[in-house]
Amino acid sequence: MKELVVRFLIGGITVSTFAILGEVLRPKSFAGLFGAAPSIALATIGLTIAQHGKPYAAIEARSMIAGAIAFFCYAAAVSWILMRYKPRALTATIALFPIWFGTSFAVWAVLLR
Amino acid sequence: MIASAKLGALKGIKPHEFALRFFFGGFCTVAAGIISKRFGPEIGGLFLAFPAIFPAGASLIEKHEKQHKQRIGRDGSDRGRMAASIDAAGASLGALGLAAFAVVVWQMLPRQSFWLSIGCASLAWITVSICGWLVRKSRVARALARFFRGDGRAPV
Repeated sequence: MKELVVRFLIGGITVSTFAILGEVLRPKSFAGLFGAAPSIALATIGLTIAQHGKPYAAIEARSMIAGAIAFFCYAAAVSWILMRYKPRALTATIALFPIWFGTSFAVWAVLLR
Repeated sequence: MIASAKLGALKGIKPHEFALRFFFGGFCTVAAGIISKRFGPEIGGLFLAFPAIFPAGASLIEKHEKQHKQRIGRDGSDRGRMAASIDAAGASLGALGLAAFAVVVWQMLPRQSFWLSIGCASLAWITVSICGWLVRKSRVARALARFFRGDGRAPV
């Protein structure tokens, strides 16, 4: 339980810090870079190494490549859909989550498994 | 200057909006740990690049931009969506940097110290992200975009 609380606090602080950076930076396209900051990875890698060791964390990082490729496809799709069909941002970002899940598992299964 | 910081933008963010990001960030970090424990590091690693606060961030950007335009008597809906779209385009370039971060950690961590690996990976993330952004901003990229939209001549 204590480990989960520590993870929650570290994750919350790291993600919020990158979100604040994204708020203050201009122009918006530059600030957007921080929307894909390695916030969860930075928050968890240290804890993972402490619990399971470096090889375990390296395997996680290898799979993270597939997650990042999926993030690229997902964010590009969100950007295009918002411009082309003009839905609300929350609707588009949630409705397009299957792109992230589909791409990440496909890339992992084909290239990294 | 091509990029700048506007600290005044923080005044427009309400405490519950900060809390929302903190909660989502904490929740996704815990979820990534639980998934890794349950399904192993290969599946758990995917969720280290999960777009955790992206929906919340994009909708807040849309809302702020809309409110900004409404204050001067305009609708602002289109402007809000456009701001969210531009932010998402930036995030897609940041995701390339995220992939570079993951490659560096994967390769360096088993052989080097934690701090050196994380330092080099963070440097790789920011370098790839900013280079991608600069390329996208360049004249050639804009000419290509116009060409593929069909409202410009082919770039030379």
